[in-house]
Amino acid sequence: MNDSLIDALARIVGRKWVRHRGADLATYAMDGLPTHESVPGVVIMPGSPAEVREIVRLLHLIQVPFVARGAGTGLSGGALAESDAVLITLTRLNRILRVDPIQRRAVVQPGVVNARLSEAVAPLGLQYVPDPSSQAACTVGGNVAENAGGPHCLKYGVTTNHIVSLEVVLPDGSVTRLGSDQGEAWGPDLVGLFVGSEGMFGIATEITVRLEQNPESVRTMLADFMTVRAASEAVSAIIATGIVPAALEMMDKACVAAVEASIYAAGYPTDAAAVLLVELDGQTDAVGAEAITVRDILLECGAREVRSASTAVDRARLWQGRKKAFGAMGRIAPDLAVQDAVVPRSALPDIMDRIEAIRRHHNLIISNVFHAGDGNLHPNISFDRRDTAVAARVQLACREIMAACVAAGGSITGEHGVGSDKLDYMPWIFDAQTLGAMRAVRRVFDPSERSNPGKVYPVHACREWHAVKSARR
Amino acid sequence: MSDAIYARLRALLGTSGVDRDANGVARASPESSDALSLVCRLAHEESWKIRVEGRGTWLPPDAPADLVVSTRALEQILSVSPADLVATVQAGASLEALRRRLADYGMWLAIDPPGRPDRSIGSVIATATAGPLRHGYGPVRDHVLGCTVATGDGRLVNAGGRVVKNVAGYDLTKLQVGGFGGFGIIADVHLRLRALPRADVTLVARGARDVLTAAGRELMSAHLLPSALELLSPALAAEADWVLAARFVGTDAAVQADVRRLGSVGEQLWQPLPPDRTAAFWSVAARGSLGGPITLRLGVLGDGIDETIDLLSHDLDEGLVSAGAGLGMIRWTGDAPVEQLRALRRAAAAREIPMTLERAPWAVRRAIGHFGAYREGVGRIVGRLRDTFDPGQCLSVALEGVDHA
Repeated sequence: MNDSLIDALARIVGRKWVRHRGADLATYAMDGLPTHESVPGVVIMPGSPAEVREIVRLLHLIQVPFVARGAGTGLSGGALAESDAVLITLTRLNRILRVDPIQRRAVVQPGVVNARLSEAVAPLGLQYVPDPSSQAACTVGGNVAENAGGPHCLKYGVTTNHIVSLEVVLPDGSVTRLGSDQGEAWGPDLVGLFVGSEGMFGIATEITVRLEQNPESVRTMLADFMTVRAASEAVSAIIATGIVPAALEMMDKACVAAVEASIYAAGYPTDAAAVLLVELDGQTDAVGAEAITVRDILLECGAREVRSASTAVDRARLWQGRKKAFGAMGRIAPDLAVQDAVVPRSALPDIMDRIEAIRRHHNLIISNVFHAGDGNLHPNISFDRRDTAVAARVQLACREIMAACVAAGGSITGEHGVGSDKLDYMPWIFDAQTLGAMRAVRRVFDPSERSNPGKVYPVHACREWHAVKSARR
Repeated sequence: MSDAIYARLRALLGTSGVDRDANGVARASPESSDALSLVCRLAHEESWKIRVEGRGTWLPPDAPADLVVSTRALEQILSVSPADLVATVQAGASLEALRRRLADYGMWLAIDPPGRPDRSIGSVIATATAGPLRHGYGPVRDHVLGCTVATGDGRLVNAGGRVVKNVAGYDLTKLQVGGFGGFGIIADVHLRLRALPRADVTLVARGARDVLTAAGRELMSAHLLPSALELLSPALAAEADWVLAARFVGTDAAVQADVRRLGSVGEQLWQPLPPDRTAAFWSVAARGSLGGPITLRLGVLGDGIDETIDLLSHDLDEGLVSAGAGLGMIRWTGDAPVEQLRALRRAAAAREIPMTLERAPWAVRRAIGHFGAYREGVGRIVGRLRDTFDPGQCLSVALEGVDHA
């Protein structure tokens, strides 16, 4: 990156907030996914929305690409920048600007850490629902870019269901407000379009979120099964009753083994083929009655034991293994390829068999933890990327798992995004016409394709949508 | 011109797929998304204006056009997967047909839009007209997992997918939900279903409006979880007073628990509707939105309802009003001159309240548009999106109205 650009950036934010030396840049060469690496040209850390605007304006003027980044916990290589691009880190924009307990709204900057927002509003009896596993570190801005999910999205929806308005800096440096605090759009639903656009439409500098009232009562239940199929059937049977649990999470034997061997041991039965966590929330009497129904279903479907917890401490113990599953897998090997795919829920047992076959074929260690309620799988492959032969098998296995999920009528990502990791899979689920439409929409926001270039759609697969000259303007 | 278009369409779709509407305009009713795409491509090549029509129960059929494209022959329910809680449905299927078919499987689509029960699902989605169940089940967009649309120049775009959780690619579905047909014609949709609720109980309270809105607030803070909490004006409810209706839907246990607690909340006298009257009550409220030529919605939060209904009464008239007493959103139906609607939109905008014209004669739509003026910077984005999805401007739709074109 040339010195004059570095100087110009330093004039905006101050020299201490610009990194351009090798060792400093290495920190930003990866996100949470160890299979992709790219060193940015320069890293800049603005301290205010005004600085973000100035940076983006400058980069527009000289037509330099940029990538916005939150805490770097993403799992799709989505916040990686090439050496010709400026990485704009938004973690200093970490203020909760306003909380309105009556309207149940909070206005935050993009660098606010997800869990901090819920902590901040907890005394008001409110919560910000989307709770990705990385919530202790990931930022709301990153959640907006990826349309992040989490265990409690089964009942309450993913990030897009909780964002009502956005102030965004478009790639040409102009600032626009999308949506309204009321949640009713001023025109087409551009907030819905922006959320999940993986940083390719611009940078959200102010985010207004919907808060939810904390439920009066919460019951967490843990059941263990001798087969994944039996556990999956229990999931379907629960949902068929009309009960919508707040969360329905499953862990397979390998995942339970990893958890129980770690400092996060939660007392899960290690001989079970699957452990199912069911959380019910709502009015106290209703939760009590529904818990009885759920318990009966779990036992009818073959659960060996059903444990139940209502107090915060006891519930946290049941959840501990699930929440720390990824951390526990860190013990197994230095690297963890966390994958993300979705299948129709009824396909869960078959897809688990298929993943096991793929695991055996490639001789890998795969632990499965998944949001069973909505068919969102996370097969996690433990490996050492210094062993290039193993790393190659990991890539192959990931590809085969994705292909199996697509063949089952699913999707290549449920909550982690496409990023750089899944570019190749996009043509498996979208035809050239649709990929072309995505590219054309991106160019509406970013005609020169400088904002997070090279992500989401593989350019070669897009049928080009030449903007036909219209009578307008 | 019309005869020539009629002949070209017949050559394309065959005789059964083409007729004329009440004004003698050629009307194409393609039976597949591919045929729909061909019609759009032809219109684009010939620079014909298209009026899009569903089952003809919501927007009046009066947009100026060289041809009509109707989705009425796209009425198949393509698949229902109870185990996955997903259905794939063509856009012209009626809500009533869908409801019946889903019930056979013990399934339910949790939307109750205004209008007639034979409204097409495509119309509900294109206009994002949610009903009272929006309170518990979210706006229309939360029920749409994906869709196939034909763009104004005949390309088929598949947005989203058939699974409930999916972030592959941009969320193009969001543009179609509530896009009023400005970004293409919806051919089919993937819908998120729910298990048919075991219990469905509605209780009503009658009285002065401000007393009822206060009761609504009280109910919300008592950890009660109604699926709908709707305030209806006397004219809409066909009663002497305002009516606040609370609908509890779900498992027997949850509904019973809520109903029990409701009795102990506040001073308000809640009366349960007899089960045989519940469906009729909500259907009267839904049909009420057809009680005048114009329907509009105002995006307002729960505690702004009283003030906003006052504003409506002042600028227009009390009319047929339905309001979400918990989370907000007001729907008004009646008649008013364009100037008054313009004034209302200005007054609402000054209070940060978006006003969307959901239904009106073309003269009104053309004048003030479904959305009117956008906020700074948004018009440019919407204009470019329109150019992307309808480069020849074939789709006859007034998103902004002439004031702001």
